[in-house]
Order: sequence, then structure tokens, then C-alpha cells
Amino acid sequence: MKTLYLLIPLAPLFGAILAGLFGKFIGRAGSHVVTVLGVAISFVLSVIVWKDVQAGHTFNGSVYTWLETGGLTLEVGFLIDRLTVMMMLVVTFVSLMVHIYTIGYMADDPGYQRFFSYISLFTFSMLMLVMSNNFVQLFFGWEAVGLVSYLLIGFWYTRPTAIYANLKAFLVNRVGDFGFLLGIGLIAAYAGSLDYATVFAKRNELAAITETVTGWPLITAICICLFIGAMGKSAQVPLHVWLPDSMEGPTPISALIHAATMVTAGIFMVTRMSPLFELSDTALSFVLVIGSITALFMGFLGIIQNDIKRVVAYSTLSQLGYMTVALGVSAYSVAVFHLMTHAFFKALLFLGAGSVIMGCHHNQDIRYMGGLKKYMPITWITSLLGSLALIGFPFLSGFYSKDSIIEAVHASHIAGSGFAYFAVVAGVFITAFYSFRMYFLVFHGNERYDQAPPDPHHAAHDDAHHADAHDTSHAKGHDDHHEDHGGKPHESPWVVTLPLVLLAIPSVLIGFFTITPMLFGDWFGGAVVIDAVKHPAMAHMAKDFHGASAMAIHGMMTLPFFLAISGVALSWFFYIKRPDIPAAILKAAKPIHTLLENKYYFDKFNEVVFAAGARVIGHGLWKVGDQVLIDGVMVNGTARAVGWVASVVRLFQSGRVFQYAFGMIFGVFALLTLWFNRA
Amino acid sequence: MISLPHYLILGAILFSIGVVGIFLNRKNLIVLMMAIELMLLAVNLNFVAFSHYLNDLSGQLFVFFILVVAAAEAGIGLAILVVLFRNLSSIHVEDLDQLKG
Amino acid sequence: MNSQLLSLAIWVPILGAVPVFLLGSERRCLVRWLALAVAVAGFLVTLPLYTGFDVQQGGMQFIEQLPWIPRFNIQYLLGVDGISMPLILLNSFITILVVLAGWEVIEKKQAQYLGAFLVMSGLMNGIFSALDGILFYVFFEASLIPMYIIIGVWGGPNRVYAAFKFFLYTLLGSLLMLVALIWLFLQSGGSFNILDWHELPIGMAPQILIFIAFLMSFAVKVPMWPVHTWLPDAHVEAPTGGSVILAAIALKLGAYGFLRFSLPIVPDASHYLAPMMITLSLIAVIYIGFVALVQTDMKKLVAYSSISHMGFVTLGFFIFNQIGIEGALVQMISHGFVSGAMFLCIGVMYDRMHSREIADYGGVANRMPKFAAFFLLFAMANSGLPATSGFVGEFMVILGAIKFNFWVGFAAATTLIVGAAYTLWMYKRVVFGDVANHHVAELTDINGRETLILTLLAACVLAMGLYPFPFTEVMHASVDNLLKHVAVSKL
Repeated sequence: MKTLYLLIPLAPLFGAILAGLFGKFIGRAGSHVVTVLGVAISFVLSVIVWKDVQAGHTFNGSVYTWLETGGLTLEVGFLIDRLTVMMMLVVTFVSLMVHIYTIGYMADDPGYQRFFSYISLFTFSMLMLVMSNNFVQLFFGWEAVGLVSYLLIGFWYTRPTAIYANLKAFLVNRVGDFGFLLGIGLIAAYAGSLDYATVFAKRNELAAITETVTGWPLITAICICLFIGAMGKSAQVPLHVWLPDSMEGPTPISALIHAATMVTAGIFMVTRMSPLFELSDTALSFVLVIGSITALFMGFLGIIQNDIKRVVAYSTLSQLGYMTVALGVSAYSVAVFHLMTHAFFKALLFLGAGSVIMGCHHNQDIRYMGGLKKYMPITWITSLLGSLALIGFPFLSGFYSKDSIIEAVHASHIAGSGFAYFAVVAGVFITAFYSFRMYFLVFHGNERYDQAPPDPHHAAHDDAHHADAHDTSHAKGHDDHHEDHGGKPHESPWVVTLPLVLLAIPSVLIGFFTITPMLFGDWFGGAVVIDAVKHPAMAHMAKDFHGASAMAIHGMMTLPFFLAISGVALSWFFYIKRPDIPAAILKAAKPIHTLLENKYYFDKFNEVVFAAGARVIGHGLWKVGDQVLIDGVMVNGTARAVGWVASVVRLFQSGRVFQYAFGMIFGVFALLTLWFNRA
Repeated sequence: MISLPHYLILGAILFSIGVVGIFLNRKNLIVLMMAIELMLLAVNLNFVAFSHYLNDLSGQLFVFFILVVAAAEAGIGLAILVVLFRNLSSIHVEDLDQLKG
Repeated sequence: MNSQLLSLAIWVPILGAVPVFLLGSERRCLVRWLALAVAVAGFLVTLPLYTGFDVQQGGMQFIEQLPWIPRFNIQYLLGVDGISMPLILLNSFITILVVLAGWEVIEKKQAQYLGAFLVMSGLMNGIFSALDGILFYVFFEASLIPMYIIIGVWGGPNRVYAAFKFFLYTLLGSLLMLVALIWLFLQSGGSFNILDWHELPIGMAPQILIFIAFLMSFAVKVPMWPVHTWLPDAHVEAPTGGSVILAAIALKLGAYGFLRFSLPIVPDASHYLAPMMITLSLIAVIYIGFVALVQTDMKKLVAYSSISHMGFVTLGFFIFNQIGIEGALVQMISHGFVSGAMFLCIGVMYDRMHSREIADYGGVANRMPKFAAFFLLFAMANSGLPATSGFVGEFMVILGAIKFNFWVGFAAATTLIVGAAYTLWMYKRVVFGDVANHHVAELTDINGRETLILTLLAACVLAMGLYPFPFTEVMHASVDNLLKHVAVSKL
């Protein structure tokens, strides 16, 4: 079985190496065959492992010893339990879909092999992350997915916006990783091990310790540090700034990395660490508040976006906020449940958006779409299903997960849960509004695809950061379709629509079938630990749960459902019935619009304070510290002091013999005097 | 009767004249060389005086050594002086400060 | 047990350099191959040091002892432990790369250039294996000469200034070391054996003075803040090979000195002054990181990043736990690979464009995709990405620092952000983007020789990142010994 576990991450890695290093030899077809095959192998093997785990065979063991130092043994190893296997299934399935989809989406791109190599490498890294049984390997996967994300956002490396976005993404993630590493360091220092099982076994001892230097309760410090890592990777306020910009990457990776899998790594990690987080109410409240801020405020931003991918990106941010909220109220299984359903319907929405972009000849601006359902029927139906799932329409997967989160928050009494409840309920309305705003603008209403301004790429990004202002160059590959711009939209080829259909199925069904075992059964076994006495939300929910159908029927009579319906209705009214109203509102609420347009000025703030600030500090230290103080005063100062002494001493060197003679005589007398008067 | 102290005092006086001559003389390099010779003479006088006083001939032997060396030295010194005068057309001690730092 | 391995490691390159010098620069082809053969032979003779190394034993191995100057009891005494052995291997390995790097680009006096590196390599091995104070000092000082010549003859336009600054800085420091060595000789009743000095009881006040004397010498070499300003100048002016040796090996001499001299000879002073050393190290890590951020010259940027990474090494030493010291040693070796690779990458571009200014580049990836991939790997290693060697050492030192004091670890970990910022920002401006100008448009991708060099380094960087176990395995016993020794007061 161990070989099998090993094969799961290594198959995509092998594909990545083949496509990356030997892409020229195996050709375009060759590289997509090897990578798709690699991911397909790991998907099939994941299913086998899942069956095996269902039968009760969990695994926790090491592959090799990575390092041994100072009493710390760090190993590369696998922990295969129910949580892991679920993540493996989600990752490999979505990745497989995205691989297939890419064959169509990137068909004309010169970097075809490179792209396949990257996404397979991503699959490998993500699998290493979820399958890890220790913190070092987790951190390895954590940074490796960050690296691949960096590479993929900057895939079109000639675009200034893309290479700005990828640097930003990497650095913001590094801020998170900074916290994460400190958390790992604290664990290593106090638990003396970085192995999950060993650390969790010592959790009660850790809870009693106070950090000696800072005086903080150790467990709270560890959890908050770890969560800062999650904030970076899962794009929680204020480290969310990189995710919208990451849309500069090709759409398939927006689906795979920036919606379905990588960004949920933080959620997975906190769930994995539930034995630790359960011990610190402070940390949980922190998680809860951050999550609810993200869920609510990032939703608002989705309303005013015109780029189809950015709308979905902000909705991803908001949904990640929901998951984080679920973590905050100790409903870890609910968070992972939402992670799973979200992976399917968000990947679907992104791939649908990609299909729309292809159909519209690489126009991304929803103001210049409209009426596409006639031209792109499969994309239309699947996107509708995805949107319905997203807003939580009863019986669809999103309903079960999102409603469970709301219920869990409602049942929780942890500090901050009142605000969180408001945030998640209000979020439902906003989600419904912006999702269907996009849906109506794209698929219904007047056909506006011929009204686009001449430069679609530019128009779509007019809300992006200032670097765009200098954007005079255009990507090769992606924008090569300028010449047929303005033609009629068309449905995408089968390699693109097949993944849409295959993703639509779980988006609709998976919630209904899995909610009972996942949330209220023993699905996660020992992987998730909840202190039922202190955090009774899950237990409370279980009491009220009477099966999936009953929940859906009950859901139709609750507040979130009405909010969702009214959100949809309002967007229909605004964007189909009376398109003049949004413009009027826009004019009336100019300041709010400006605030949203600038994304609450987070980017501005970071640019002015951190980016510019660091450069000012660096410049100051270099010019003043290094050049003036050290080189000027100390180094050259020493040289000048020597020079000054010499200039004084040289006065004695008159060159006149009689003065030297006098000096000698005088010296002899002086020495003789000293000699005779010596004590 | 002229006793040893008389010789020694004379030697000391001659030596002092030589020394003072070296650093008081600012004019002529030849005077400088004569002052040096004078100092050597004073030393020689002391040697002879002690040799006689101690009845030890090696003192007078030394005097011959010194006389020979002094003669050679004077020869070389005068030669240098001539070359110097050719190059600088001056043997004024005041002007000779080429080693000034 | 009198094995000749260490003598071979020292004298094979030095004596091998003689025919290289004699051949002269006219027969370029022959000279190159001869130099390469000597460098490879020099590396091969060090390999038995690894294979024959007993990892269980913490003391010195492969000891050689001959009288040298009996009048002062100075001996030709060599030996290595788990601390110095990896450094010898690293040095011999890097020498091969340096010879390869100077293959075509050095136009004038190539024989002398290559010969200087071979001599340098032998002297460095001498430093790492000398167990006699004077022998160490001789090698330590002698190694300055080839470096001084390399910078001064084959350097850039401002090479004379840089060479002098380098020479004076380092010489000034090491004179105080000589004083300390002689004091120790007298105090120990006439022994220059470093191992005898380890056992010598010394009072607190002399300990502090000796520590400072050693500090002056080693801090300049490392270099620690605030005596670091010679390094950027030296790097900028040095030819590529010089920069590689300087960064990869020469900087390690200072760090090695701390472990061989300061810590074991004056443990009490080391403990007493540790807060100062930690502060200086953290200043190096953070301050220099910010300075690196604003550099416009690529070589300067990497030079500053070297200082920042060496800050981790000194930090690891002075937190006095095993994970910290081993982390620092790993960081030393990793830095040898990574900074060497970074300088080689810059050299590859400099050979084509004759510019080190970041502003002159842009969009290199369009013309040199293979090079861009290698450069990315090394840039990532430089910013400490897991699975590269750059991560292992930083990770260990940060873990050790957090164990020591949370805030020290906190400050050290900021390099995660700053290090990534300066490296990747440079990478972005140089490699990404549209082709910036017609010079970039004319670039050609790396040739077979350059690919070979970079592949070798990439393999080392990845191997060390994926499986650092063998590297730390050889250090355990020696570091353990050292820590036990340092824990005992000598007062």
C-alpha cells in the first residue's frame, strides 16, 4: 500500500518533469498525454486508497528521514486518513478536469508544454501538502504550491501586470509563511517534535505552558501563528490582496489553484490542526472574526467588478471567508465540507468563465457580453448550475455546506459569533446578487459582444492597479485572437465542455449524498477533534438534523433562502428589467463606489507603506548607514586619521642633517640621563 | 706634570667643539666634515691617553685603525661632496633638504 | 594513523598550479585542460575524506603530524572533524566550477588566472585542516594573496581600490589574531597546537580580550555588520570566478574560525558576549536585507544577500544549541552552492552584455529560456524555498533561534519576506517582461559548458534540499563534542 501512496504524488511529478524538461522532444500532444496520464493515475489510485480507508485502513508512516538534528527527527512521510483521502480525491479530480480543459483552452499558446508541466507540478505539491504527516513536509508543500502559483500567475511573463501580480502573490504569501514558520518553530521548541501524531499527543501539556520570553499562552501563540500562514494562503483579510490580481494567470489555473485547491490549503491546515485550535478560544475567535470580515467585505467588491474572472475571484474570497468562519466556530467538518462543494462549483464557474472568454474571443468584460445562452448552451447550463450551487439553492451542494455554516455560527457562543452570524447571513444576499448579476449580464439580455472597445484586455483591467497604466505591451499567445475579435460567440470544443459537465454533476449532487456521513456521521474519524463541551455547535446541529431532504425543505423556509432569492430577483430587476437603475445608483453613491473601486485602499496602503517604505528604509540604510557612517566615517575616517597623523609627523622630517644630528645628540643625552637616574 | 684628567678634558673639549660644529654650522659642508674629523681626533686622544695610563698598547693600535678609516672616510666624503656640488652647484648645508618628508 | 589525504588535498592543487604557470598563456587550450585536470584531481583526492570518515567519532581524523619549526614547537599538524571536512569537499568542488567558468571569458593571462585559483584552493584546504595555530595563520594570510591578485588583475574598472580595501580590511583584522595566537603560545607553555589550547584554562578578562582579537579577524572575513563594506566592492570588481570563490569559500573561513578558535578556546567569553554577537547577526540579517532591496547593481545585490545569509551562520553559532550550530554549518555549505550559482548566473549575463546594472536588462527569459529556468531555481534557493538547500539551513537556524528566544527567531524569520523580496524583485526586473532593448534581443542561450556548470550546481542545491541527512550526519558527533566542550567553564 505504501508504494501506492508514494505513486500518487509521484505520478504527476513524473509527468511534470517529462513535459517540462523534455517538452521539445515529446511535443505538444506528448506533453498533455503524459501529464493527463499522470494525474489520471493519481486520481484512480486516490479512489482505491479511499476505498481502502473506508474499510478502516489508515496509515501513518515515514518514507525516509529527511534530517536529524538536535534531538529532532524530521521525516518525509504520509498520513492517510479520511480527511487526507477526501482532499486527495478533490485535488486529483479537479486537477484532472483542469488538465483536460487546458488541452482546449491553451491550444494556441506557445508555452503549452510549460503550462502542463506547471500544473502537474502543482498537483504533486498539493498532494505532498495534504498527504503529509508532519509540519516540515506540510511547509514544503505549502511553499511549493506558492512557487507554482508564482510561476503560473506570471505564465505570460511579458505582461507587466502578470509579473507584478506574481511577485505580489509570492511576497504576500511569504508574509503568511513567516507566521507559519514561527508557529512551527514554537511547536518544535516546546513539543520537541514536528510529527503530527507526537505533537497532538502532547497537546494537553502544551496547553499548560506559557511562552517564556513573551509571556503568551503557548497554544494561542502557536495557533495564531499557524493561522497567519493560513491567512496568506487562503487569502483572508488583510493578506487577501494577492488573490484578485492572481487572475492575471490563465483561466485553468485560476480554477485549479486560485479557487478549488491551493487557496483552501489554509482551511485544510487548520482542520488538520484542530486538536491544537480546540485548546485556544482566543485563537478561534481570531479566526472567526477574520473569516467573517473576509466573507462580508470581499463580497461587496464582487458587485462592482466588470471582469468576469474578477467577479468569480471575489466570490472565492468571500467563500473562503465562510470556510474560515466555520473553522472559527469549531465546525471543522463543515468547513471541509464547504471546501469540497466549493471546489467543485467554483472550479465549474471558473472553467465556465474561461469557456465564455474563449467563446467571446478573449474578451473578459461582462459589459460586452450578453445573450450568450443562445450561442453557448452547454456553458450556459453548467454555469447556471454552478451559480445556483454558489448561492445555496436548496438541494444543490452549495446549499448544504453554506447552510450548515450559518447554522453552526448560529449555534456557537464563542466571542465574535454574533458579528459572524450577521456577516454570513448578509453574505448570502450579496453572493446571490453579484453571482446573478454576472450570470444575467453574460447569458441573458441584449447581445453586446460587438460593442467592445478595440482593446479588450485593457478594458477588462481598467480597475486593476496602476501598473496597468503603463501596459502598452500585450501577451503573446493569449491575445493572439485580435484579428477575429468581434465575430460571433461560439461554443467551445468538447475538451472544454466535458470537464464542465463532469464538474456540474458533483456540484449538484455531492452535497445531498455526503452531508449525512460527513457532518454528522463518523466520516472524519479521529482526524478532526472537537471539544464538545466547550464548543457544542456541531453537537447542537446534529440534534436538529433529520436527513438531507428534510434539511433542504426546511431550508426553503429560512431567512438565508429568502435573502438568496431576493438577491437573484434584485439582480434580475437591475440588469435585465431596468438596466438604467444601477447607473443611477452608481451616480448617487459615488463615494461608496470609489471606496469599492479601490478595494478599500488595501493595495494603495500596501504600496505606499510597505513597498515604498521598505525601499526608503533600504535606501536610507545603504546611503547613510553603509556609505556615510561605515565607509565614510569608519573606513575612510581611519584612513584620514592615519593621514593626519602622518602629516604631523612628517614635519620632523626636515631633510636637514644638522637637525637630525641635534636630535641624535639630544636623544643620547636623554637616554643617558634616564640610565643614570634609574631607580 | 700633565696628568690623565688633562688629556681627558682636552679630548672632551675637542669632541664638544666637533658636536657643536655639526649642528651649529649652517654654511659649508666641508666645515661639517672637519667637525667630524675633530670628533674622531678627540676619541683618538682619549685612546692614546688611556693607552699610556694603562700601559696597554692596544689603545694606540686602535688609533691607527681609526686614522685609516677616517682617512678613507674623508676621501669618500670629499668625493661625494664634489659630485654634490656638480649636481646642485652648492654645498650649503641649508640647501641640502632633499630628504624632507 | 598517518594518512596523507589532507596533504594531498592541499598540495595537489598548489603543485598542480606550477606547470600551469610554466606553460604560460600562449597555449590556451592545453592550459585550460591541464587546469581542469588538476582541479578534478584535487576534488578526487578529497573524496576519500568523506567515504573514509567515521561519523561516530567527534574528534579529529586523518591526522598528520610533522615538526616544522622545532625551535618554537611549530608543527605541520593537520586533521579534520565533521565541521571542516564538508568545507574541504565544497572548496574542491567549487574550484572545478570556477576553472570551467573561466574557460573562454578570461582573455588575458589565462594561465596565471587559473593557476591562482588552484593555489587558492590548496591554501583554503590548508586553512580548513590546519590544527597548528601558526600553520593556520600562514595559510589564512597566504590565501589573501591569490585573491588580491585575482581582483587586482582581472577585476573591473575600479579593481585597485577594491583589491586594496579587501586586503587592508582583512589584514588589519588578522594581525590581532596573531597577537592572540602568540599569547596563547606563551600561556600554554610553548604549544601552538589548537587542540591543546582547547583544554587551556584562561581567566575571564584575557578570555574577553582573546575573543575580541579573534572577532576582529573573523568578523571581517564573514563579514559581519559593521565590517562588511569591503565585500560589495570586492564582489563588484572581481571577475566571476573570483566572486564565486569569495562568496562560496572565503566567507566561510571567518565562520569556521569562530568554531575552531573562539568557541572552544574561550567558551566563557563566548557566552558572555553572545548577546552582542546575536545582535550583530540580526542586524546583518535585517539591515543588510533592506540594503539589498535597493541595489541597482546585480552583483552588489547578491553580495549584500550573501552578508545577510552569513548573518544566519553567526546567529546559529551563538545561540548554542545543536540545531542552531548544525543549521549554521548547513547554511554555510548551502550558501557556497547558492551564492556561487547566483554569481555564475550573473556572470553568464555579464559575459554577453557587459553590464551588471539591473536597469539594462529585462525580458531575458524571451531569449534565454534555459538560463531563466536555472536562474529561477537559484533565485528561489536564495530566498529559501523548501526542497532547495537554501531552506534547510535557514529553517534549522530559525528553529534553533525560536528555541533560544522567540523574538530572536522572529527577527531572523523576517528574512523569509525580505529575502524573497529582493531576490525575486531583481529576478522580475531582469528576466521577466518584454525584451527591453536590442542588446537583450541579441542574447543567446547558455552553451554546453555553462549548462554543465549550472546543472552541477542545481543538482547539489536540490540534493541538499531534498535529502540533507548525509550532510548533517557527519556533523553530529563533532558538533556534539563542541557543545559539550563549550558548556564547561574554563575559568
